[in-house]
Amino acid sequence: MSNPKRNISVNVEYLTRVEGHGNIVVDVKNGVMKTCELQIVESPRFFEGMIKGRSIFEAQHITCRICGICSCGHTLASIQAAEDAIGFKPSKQTTELRKFLLHMENLDSHLLHIYLLVAPDLLGVKSFVPLIDSHNKVVRRALRMKKACNDVCDIQVGRHVHPISAIVGGFTKLPREKDLDAMLNILYNMRPDMEATVELAATLKFPEFERDTEYVALVSDDPEYPMLIGDVGSTDGVRKNKKEYKSITNEFVVPHSSAKHTKLSRGSYAVGALARFNLNADKLHPKAKEIAKAIGLKPKCINPYLNTAAQLVECVHSLEEAIRIMEELKQSGINYDEEVIVGLNEKGTIPVKPGNGVGAVEVPRGILFHNYEVDEKGIITKANCIIPTNQNVNNAEQDLKKIVPEILDKSDEEITLLLEMLVRAYDPCISCSAHFLDVKFVNR
Amino acid sequence: MAKPKVAFFDFACCEGCQLQVANMGEMLLDVLGAIDVVEFREVMSEIGPDKIDVAIVEGSITDHHAVERIKKIRERASILIAYGACACIGGVNGMKNNFKLDDIRKEVYGKDYKYFDSVETRAVHQVVKVDYKVNGCPVYIPEFVKVLKAALAGLPYEVPDYSVCVECKLNENVCMYDRGLTCLGPVTKAGCNSWCINNNNICYGCRGMVSNPNENGAKDVIAKYNIPMDLVVNKMNMYNKCREIDQREQPKKKH
Repeated sequence: MSNPKRNISVNVEYLTRVEGHGNIVVDVKNGVMKTCELQIVESPRFFEGMIKGRSIFEAQHITCRICGICSCGHTLASIQAAEDAIGFKPSKQTTELRKFLLHMENLDSHLLHIYLLVAPDLLGVKSFVPLIDSHNKVVRRALRMKKACNDVCDIQVGRHVHPISAIVGGFTKLPREKDLDAMLNILYNMRPDMEATVELAATLKFPEFERDTEYVALVSDDPEYPMLIGDVGSTDGVRKNKKEYKSITNEFVVPHSSAKHTKLSRGSYAVGALARFNLNADKLHPKAKEIAKAIGLKPKCINPYLNTAAQLVECVHSLEEAIRIMEELKQSGINYDEEVIVGLNEKGTIPVKPGNGVGAVEVPRGILFHNYEVDEKGIITKANCIIPTNQNVNNAEQDLKKIVPEILDKSDEEITLLLEMLVRAYDPCISCSAHFLDVKFVNR
Repeated sequence: MAKPKVAFFDFACCEGCQLQVANMGEMLLDVLGAIDVVEFREVMSEIGPDKIDVAIVEGSITDHHAVERIKKIRERASILIAYGACACIGGVNGMKNNFKLDDIRKEVYGKDYKYFDSVETRAVHQVVKVDYKVNGCPVYIPEFVKVLKAALAGLPYEVPDYSVCVECKLNENVCMYDRGLTCLGPVTKAGCNSWCINNNNICYGCRGMVSNPNENGAKDVIAKYNIPMDLVVNKMNMYNKCREIDQREQPKKKH
């Protein structure tokens, strides 16, 4: 029998199956927790410094390279901040196409997380590779769906990883009639695979664990589930304009680990699919609501492992909303006069004035902020990016601190797995290393 | 015959090039049928053996830990493929070298900057020997498949050393200079099928410069369209800043 007063030392170096690098360190002596840390190790890349002195018209090209998975989300947050700074108002068509792009990325990223990163845990294998033999149909479906999202993005913006045509001012290339049909066809064909995905996910069992926390996401008075536009709201009743993002994130430095943590009304807060679900579940597409009901997901859900379940619900939502947007665009017809070829705005196609702009966009892992200050020539004088994983790390660490004493009766292997799964549930994208890494304060 | 052992490693980058692999769809299973993936931290928990046949390395070398890690990977691998712009030419990480290292560290991390180790950004070949390169930000999957096939067969792969303009003309795009914009197509290596210009954007030079650019031609174009030189230089330094390390160190190697 295991002894709850025992010693446990978990040191998961290079947590696998997360984007970027993270270490979990747990130290329990005589049943008392001495240390419980989620350390982030990623080489800093200094994006906010690198884009100083560059044109606001190349900001999205550079900052989307912060993360390959959220590349479209970074592009859109960057563009929103840039347009806010120079006082440019995008057209309705542009806004709809941007929402569509966000849905495609949300779907693509969630599918990757659910199938390739989480499913192996729930099916008891180390990675998706053994699943190629044991669950061949599932792996093929996952890759097919992922490719479908990718193919749609190829048509809409040139490619998914680092979109080409989405720029400040709109799109350099707008989809032709045949492109609209091609995208719709791909999306319609995804529906049966999505049904199969929901069926599979309904059979997966998530660990039981709860910790009440504050959830933060975009909120709005529109009937639409906000992804691109809105205020910043929380389940503790906060609601602020995106311009006040610094008083939402309240970044602070902790000595033991990554540079900056965040908090709002309490010690930590969470962002991501579960946060969006907890704040806006009533605005989901009816089909997504049905799925949430079927799997028993209700707001306010405080089991962080169920972020994956919320991602599943959002997959259904994003697919259906993407189809709706594209059908409406097809119906109304695309206005090709809105194509803008801007480059670095050498010809002054888009009027520029000095200003300070904020972009706040829901990307797969949660709310993402970009903030730029530009001069009268549209040159960036100051930049700041606050990424979702940055906001989640503190919350994930608080979860670890609560769960460890609750699972001391389990074997070391089981504990390690549960902790890894907990961190993976947040779908951490640590390569978004705007400010992220493990700091060793030796001999402090 | 045993399948070749292949491992993926990542350094400072966005991991988007790894993601391009997942974006291959079911074709990925054909690739996986020909190789034995022994390590791929982003999607696998497994850790590979000491000796591997092919190491596919993504990202640039930007701190002391990375320098040591890439040397160990080189020792383990018979063949090393630099994968993506960050690994091949330093990519956007090279923009850091436009600033004094301590200045940019302070700009981003304030007074605690010394806790964030950083060295001058280098491409992988500027630290260890590289056998093959897959250029691009992100990589162009058809080219990756070509390189992988060549590497597995032990054949050389030559990155096209003519400009993006060659492909761009074949794609019948209107020249960006004729639209009044500055484009790096004339000095950038082809192989991407002029991906960005096909989508009405300009070339940013992510595949690296051709080895023998037509400097006079480029100067004529720049003069003809009255383009400020600092604009061109700034653009070049978005992906290609690390070429200065080659220029600085190559002459030394010859002696």
